[in-house]
Amino acid sequence: MLTQTSKKGDLLLLLGFVLAVAFGPIILQPFGAGYPDLLQKFAIFGIFAIGFNILFGLTGYLSFGHAAFLGVGPYTAVWSFKLLTMNVVPAIIFAVVVSGVFALLIGFVSLRRSGIYFSILTLAFAQMSYNLAYSVLTPITNGETGLQLRQHDPRVIDTMFGINYGAELPSTTLFGIPMSGWSGYYFCGVVLIIMFYISMRIFRSPFGMMLRAVKSNQNRMNYTGLNTRPYTLAAFVISGMYADLAGGLMAVTDPLAGAERMQWTASGEVVLMTILGGTGTLLGPVIGAGAIKYFENIFSAFNEGTLLQIFSFLPEGLQHAAVSVAALFVGEGWHLTLGALFMIIVIFLPGGLMEGVNRIMRLFTKSGSGGSSPQATAQPAE
Amino acid sequence: MDAILLQILNGLDKGGAYALIALGLTLIFGTLGVVNFAHGALFMLGAFCAVTLKALLSLEKVVLDETQQTAWGTPMEIRTPYIEAWLGDFGVTLLDYSVPVSILVAIPIMLIIGIIMERGLIKHFYKRPHAEQILVTFGLAIVVQEIIKSQFGANPIPQPAPDIFAGSADIGSLLGFDPGRVVYPWWRMVYLAFAGIVIGGVFAFLQFTTFGMVVRAGMADRETVGLLGIDIDRRFTIVFGLAAIVAGLAGVMYTPILSPDYHMGMDFLVLSFVVVVVGGMGSLGGAVAAGFLLGILQSFASMNEVKSILPGIDQIIIYLVAVVILLVRPRGLMGRKGVMET
Repeated sequence: MLTQTSKKGDLLLLLGFVLAVAFGPIILQPFGAGYPDLLQKFAIFGIFAIGFNILFGLTGYLSFGHAAFLGVGPYTAVWSFKLLTMNVVPAIIFAVVVSGVFALLIGFVSLRRSGIYFSILTLAFAQMSYNLAYSVLTPITNGETGLQLRQHDPRVIDTMFGINYGAELPSTTLFGIPMSGWSGYYFCGVVLIIMFYISMRIFRSPFGMMLRAVKSNQNRMNYTGLNTRPYTLAAFVISGMYADLAGGLMAVTDPLAGAERMQWTASGEVVLMTILGGTGTLLGPVIGAGAIKYFENIFSAFNEGTLLQIFSFLPEGLQHAAVSVAALFVGEGWHLTLGALFMIIVIFLPGGLMEGVNRIMRLFTKSGSGGSSPQATAQPAE
Repeated sequence: MDAILLQILNGLDKGGAYALIALGLTLIFGTLGVVNFAHGALFMLGAFCAVTLKALLSLEKVVLDETQQTAWGTPMEIRTPYIEAWLGDFGVTLLDYSVPVSILVAIPIMLIIGIIMERGLIKHFYKRPHAEQILVTFGLAIVVQEIIKSQFGANPIPQPAPDIFAGSADIGSLLGFDPGRVVYPWWRMVYLAFAGIVIGGVFAFLQFTTFGMVVRAGMADRETVGLLGIDIDRRFTIVFGLAAIVAGLAGVMYTPILSPDYHMGMDFLVLSFVVVVVGGMGSLGGAVAAGFLLGILQSFASMNEVKSILPGIDQIIIYLVAVVILLVRPRGLMGRKGVMET
């Protein structure tokens, strides 16, 4: 069912997705993840990974600089909070528009080359943005301190409507509903559902088919007289806008913008989320993003004490050995786990978790049908 | 005039590091057809060879001297490095020269690391798509970097150059300028010479030895060389080891200029990739030329006179040049046709 492309299947998938987002807090409660801050992260990085997947999964162009877009989003959003209003809608719209232009510029140059050249160019652009944010653009980005809200920001529109935040630092709102805690999560969740639906429409559209054709053989597309660049550029811009939307949502939940989000490690993380879940699948990136953020949350919280407790069933000497080995991978060393996971997934399961699920399902259907009805075995001849 | 000379000199040592890393990257592209995102990690590992050797050499023996007392009334501790106690003056010299001596240690270590990397991991990725090669080496780079971080900590570890190279050379007065106008640290001069020797050595190795000839033949047409009964895979493995050595040595010698920390590799890698792209993928000469060129350009861009006209240009000049070059000459300065174009 996961690979079929029927209208009914899509509808079911969307319905399931909506239910999962709506009941996320209840479903994830037993895993210790049923609180809004973490769930918001799932939703935000889910959007980021869905967007990345539109570029990488469909066209095969591996961008290593996607964090640049994720980094621009918060800056735009925070400036909108500072200058216009604390309402999140204009902030997000601005974030997406500004990043769209930014992605158009970068994409126009980077997409002149493909393959490795493209990866290196995007990586270079991301590093360039990162460097600029820390140096020349300090008046806009506030350098290493990061851009923060202040009490005396102008907030033109808010003042126009006579909203006064008094002496305390204002928080972000959606027409008066404060964007913190559960309302913040459901706002991100609704955006995630909309973005998931859009990505589904793109996957099923002729435009999506064209992008897939670019991935499988760009030369042939060129020989048939078709200029593929507008299509790849469109995919790049859409993907960049998704990333900026995610960045904007980050600023909504926590109105602070810093350049460290643009670092290449962040770009690597979204690549890992996408391939962990399954490149080119609809649901995969969301699952990958959720899994990584979940384990990051769990692993980073571990320390020596909890490890000693976990390995307490071992004899004394072994216990300390096990703890010292495991301590490399948790807490501060979470990135080591991330890197190792990255390698393992690429080496053994390039299709990601979705491929793993499909493989297991195929195993079951094969052995099941082989036993009961011999006619059915001829069916999976694709 | 003297300011220009000074900036050229300043750019050359950084350019030397870029050129050495880019040379190794290009060697690997050209022979194995693999994009090695872990090459920066090799540069960093080389630097940490020097750090480890220094740490080993300066292991100290602590002796309590009862005859002398510290201000707190406890016996004075006399600390002498073991190496000094064993080898006397030679030991002191050895400790002083720990960075150059690290070269001897780094060569076998980097060769082994390179060969293990190629045989253990990269070998399995020749037939896989480029995207997966990039991803797996990227993962490897993170793993190596994090292991180093867990062992050596996150802070930079300064490595002094030998005392004899500690000061600066007043090059200006040699060339007839006013003394004190063109001052250049001795160690950077050593680095520059070292980079030149290594680059020359690699080129001579490829150009004048039978082994190098076979490797060049393999770069041109791998299949035909294989059909002639030559085990080209084994030679390419050694080339990978050679590229690892070049990156490692670049790292060892760079430690007095930049105190090594765990993410220095990635910082240099991104720039070195840009260097490779500018020089032309697959062209060894292009990589070296572009390395020095970009190093000098970066150094000019960080002049105050330039910065006052175009603020921040020093941060982005390399990327800007790369963008312009790719728009004007998509294959890079000296790129060959048909290398890595799919």
